Amino acid sequence: MRYLPLTPDDRAEMLSAIGVSSVDDLFVDVPASARRTGFVDLPRVAGELEVERELAALSARNVAAGSVPFFVGAGAYRHHVPATVDHIIQRSEFLTSYTPYQPEIAQGTLQVLFEFQTQVAALTGMEVANASLYDGSTATAEAVMMAKRVTKRNRAVMSGGVHPHYVATTETLAHAEGMDVTALPAAVDAEDAVIEAIDAGVACVVVQTPNVFGTATDVTKIAEAAHAAGALLIVVTTEAMSFGLLKSPGEMGADIAVAEGQSIGNALNFGGPYVGLFACREKLVRQAPGRLCGETVDADGRRGFVLTLSTREQHIRRDKATSNICTNSGLCALAFSIHMSLLGETGLRQVAALNHQRARELKAALEGVKGVEVLTPRFFNEFAVKLAKPAAQVVQSLADRGVLGGVPYSRLAPAAGLDDVLLVAATETVTGEDIAAFQAALTEVMA
Amino acid sequence: MSTTMNTVGRPTAPAQTNDFVHPTLTGARGLLQDEALIFELGGWDKTGVDLPSADRPADDLDGLLRTDPIGLPGLSEPEAVRHYVRLSQKNHAIDLALYPLGSCTMKHNPRLNEKMARLPGFSDIHPLQPVSTVQGALELMDRLAHWLKTLTGMPAVAMTPKAGAHGELCGLLAIKAAHEANGQGHRKTVLCPTSAHGTNPATAAFVGYSVVEIAQTEDGRVDLADLASKLGPDVAAIMVTNPNTCGLFERDIVEIARLTHAAGAYFYCDGANFNAIVGRVRPGDLGVDAMHINLHKTFSTPHGGGGPGAGPVVLSEALAAFAPAPWVVSHGDGFALVEEQVGEAAAAFGRMSAFHGQMGMFVRAYAYMRSHGADGLRQVAEDAVLNANYIKASLGDLMSPAFPDGPCMHEALFDDAWLEGTGVTTLDFAKAMIDEGFHPMTMYFPLVVHGAMLIEPTETESKQELDRFVHALRLLAQAAKAGEVDRFKGAPFHAPLRRLDETLAARKPKLRWRAE
Amino acid sequence: MRFTKDHEWVELDGDVATVGITAYAAEQLGDVVFVEVPDIGKTVSQGDGLAVVESVKAASDVYAPVSGEVVEANGDLGDAPETVNAAPEAGGWFAKIKVSDPSQVEALMDRAAYEAYLGAL
Repeated sequence: MRYLPLTPDDRAEMLSAIGVSSVDDLFVDVPASARRTGFVDLPRVAGELEVERELAALSARNVAAGSVPFFVGAGAYRHHVPATVDHIIQRSEFLTSYTPYQPEIAQGTLQVLFEFQTQVAALTGMEVANASLYDGSTATAEAVMMAKRVTKRNRAVMSGGVHPHYVATTETLAHAEGMDVTALPAAVDAEDAVIEAIDAGVACVVVQTPNVFGTATDVTKIAEAAHAAGALLIVVTTEAMSFGLLKSPGEMGADIAVAEGQSIGNALNFGGPYVGLFACREKLVRQAPGRLCGETVDADGRRGFVLTLSTREQHIRRDKATSNICTNSGLCALAFSIHMSLLGETGLRQVAALNHQRARELKAALEGVKGVEVLTPRFFNEFAVKLAKPAAQVVQSLADRGVLGGVPYSRLAPAAGLDDVLLVAATETVTGEDIAAFQAALTEVMA
Repeated sequence: MSTTMNTVGRPTAPAQTNDFVHPTLTGARGLLQDEALIFELGGWDKTGVDLPSADRPADDLDGLLRTDPIGLPGLSEPEAVRHYVRLSQKNHAIDLALYPLGSCTMKHNPRLNEKMARLPGFSDIHPLQPVSTVQGALELMDRLAHWLKTLTGMPAVAMTPKAGAHGELCGLLAIKAAHEANGQGHRKTVLCPTSAHGTNPATAAFVGYSVVEIAQTEDGRVDLADLASKLGPDVAAIMVTNPNTCGLFERDIVEIARLTHAAGAYFYCDGANFNAIVGRVRPGDLGVDAMHINLHKTFSTPHGGGGPGAGPVVLSEALAAFAPAPWVVSHGDGFALVEEQVGEAAAAFGRMSAFHGQMGMFVRAYAYMRSHGADGLRQVAEDAVLNANYIKASLGDLMSPAFPDGPCMHEALFDDAWLEGTGVTTLDFAKAMIDEGFHPMTMYFPLVVHGAMLIEPTETESKQELDRFVHALRLLAQAAKAGEVDRFKGAPFHAPLRRLDETLAARKPKLRWRAE
Repeated sequence: MRFTKDHEWVELDGDVATVGITAYAAEQLGDVVFVEVPDIGKTVSQGDGLAVVESVKAASDVYAPVSGEVVEANGDLGDAPETVNAAPEAGGWFAKIKVSDPSQVEALMDRAAYEAYLGAL
């Protein structure tokens, strides 16, 4: 087997050095009833060629986003990632290193994390950020748990504009922790309902902008209402590219900002791995989940970086830790950081503006189709349309015509009664021809 | 003979050296560059991408636009490449040398896995595309699930958890849901051995359980009598790592499971050390109810400097119905996704994250398993255990094995008794290993062993590399015993940086760059 | 000054007890980097968590050695946690508690008993 370097002679020599006669002697502690002698019932060793052939065949049975007109968003977005990103993240020293517990020989990873934290803090307009969480949805759940620790209150209010899967992820964790979640009914423009739901028992208010229907909202008023009630405002963003165009969560009064960072540096990957961005006010940082990298000096006085404030974490605090998180999304954070460095502020603003423009072009094209009504009042690169037919059926018919035309809201929340709502996104990767193809296919389907 | 000769040619023998080693003038040391932060290097109006400008202002977003500077520097492509390459050279990596972090399974990461994960049919598909357009992806998840179930002897697997700790969370939530469904919601205690990974008690507390520790016997196993005395009507589950964090197989594991079940509790097994037994022992035969599998340990997906990982959880019959959405189901004519808690998923305890799990890791892990096959995977466990025992045998005369009697599994655990009187601590010893070209072993874990040094070589080390490692450790151990304290106290001397001031970092946290 | 087995010290002045951790505890912890002191007005029972003290590698709960109400907390430790190492039994105090049962203080170890206890550890 090509990954196993020991030869039969090596094994014999090593067994003799250990002083046993066979490798079975090393497994003597396994109860006799559980010792398996033969091989499990699975195929045997396979060469690269054979494995490639099998996986290539499976891969070929999927429709890659880049091969068709593609308008799917709802929490994951297809953007162009510069070739440099994938090249760098495959360098051995980044790909095959562990969490930087030995800072003297992990300054590469640590400096990247320090730069990443600074980039995330800048993007979200917050004071500090951590070294990443699993993804946007788990970051949202962690933020809600943190609000409980900070406020010592036991209820979260979640806006009707938050991605239903983010709500479900948060509810799952909150219920286990004995925390109540008031999830407001789905709403394209949810601001007023959120403000009404705030009272003195609320630990945090969770709002998303742009929300799941694409609506961009200035949440300043919600921040004011939350703060007046002694609650924290958590702002969720599923499309990190929007930070290049829209007011940041920090500017609007967020106490904690969480986001899905996949859009920057990371491929769609059928849902993962992604990278959760987590930023907050500096005074709350000791209640934050996840790893934090900080600046210090070495014995010779040279600048260096270490993981710090580790006493919040599971390996020290054990059952009193702020979170159980351990492994997070290091390599995805690296990809994010490289892409962000290549973009710079100039590139980010450009690509964000392009996204917005493409989405407006898409809106103009779809508005002309019979049976299609645009619902979202103001958006970044995604909006909701109301269809005269069930959206799930329309999406399937579009797929049959070679167009991946968005996400039916009913797929995210079948019980919401919004079967006629379709979410469509357009990024910088969408061309004018793609939009024309979508328009033509949709016209046919809606006819 | 006529020779054309450059009469001012350079000498070809090394120059005379003297003993004076002086610091460089710039801070760089040969190939090791001193590298600034991007915020000190980059330009505020520089970019490494060429994009068309939007030809229309965002005049529909009045009052919502970001007008203040964001504070993000840009780098041109050559500057960016150089920045990250320079940084990369300050990292140790498996690709460089043996990386013996106990409990972390730092094995070789096959490059075929990387190539496969980048096939556009896997990397460029969206989690919410119509399922008719992702049949190959769903089939891959189904095949991986089949391998995991077969290797563990368990009937079900939840694929969505994103790391080991996330898997623990998933397992405990399934246990909690099962208890609630069976009218046992009053059970509020989880038992963990003192030697447990920190994530075990952290996860139990995270889902609202209180944690009670189980004592350990002198030979490093769960104390059955103590376990029996603590099992009772309030206990929801036990969490036991097997092989355990001392690198030992829990001999009484079947009895542990029997006692646990007799008390009405579930058996959560931390599967971090599955690499030691894969293909030879099925956790399902041991009475386990739930176990996470770190695909980034046993199944070789890269650690990436701290993730991403993946932590699918295998579940027993008793817990299967409570697995979180979504999951893949197979119909006669294809695959579908169960995404909502209705119908067959009515008992699901909820959702672990927005989408279907770590697909990128699934492809890599499947490529790895498929490459090894049933025979190769059994060999993985055998070689991993053989390598660890070889290290234990090769160092046992100089260092003190924590549990000298009997074989260890995939990791060799030493305590610091052998360092007594030398003035050298476990930490000093580990830092001196850095100077000798190796990453330190896991230190001061498990907590039950004083000054613990936990060495996990994995099966992907050749005998030559093991011998090189043993040679280095033997020289260091001899130096420590010979009183060469200075070699250890100030170490490392030859790494990119010397020891860092962690006290300063924690007292005055500086968590981001700020303009002076 | 009286001492607990968990290495807290108490000094009673009237009905107000000043509480800190002993020099032995401070040395065991190593460099203290953060202290979380209780809110004024908090009522504690003997044995409840009173404060949290963190070094780089450890986080420890400091338990209330006596029952009562917190009347003062040492806010200086926020900026200078190193005081706990420099002067654990003086400037490194954590909180002052108005005691509800002074006999609880009497029942704790005196210095000789505490030192004998340390000797036996």
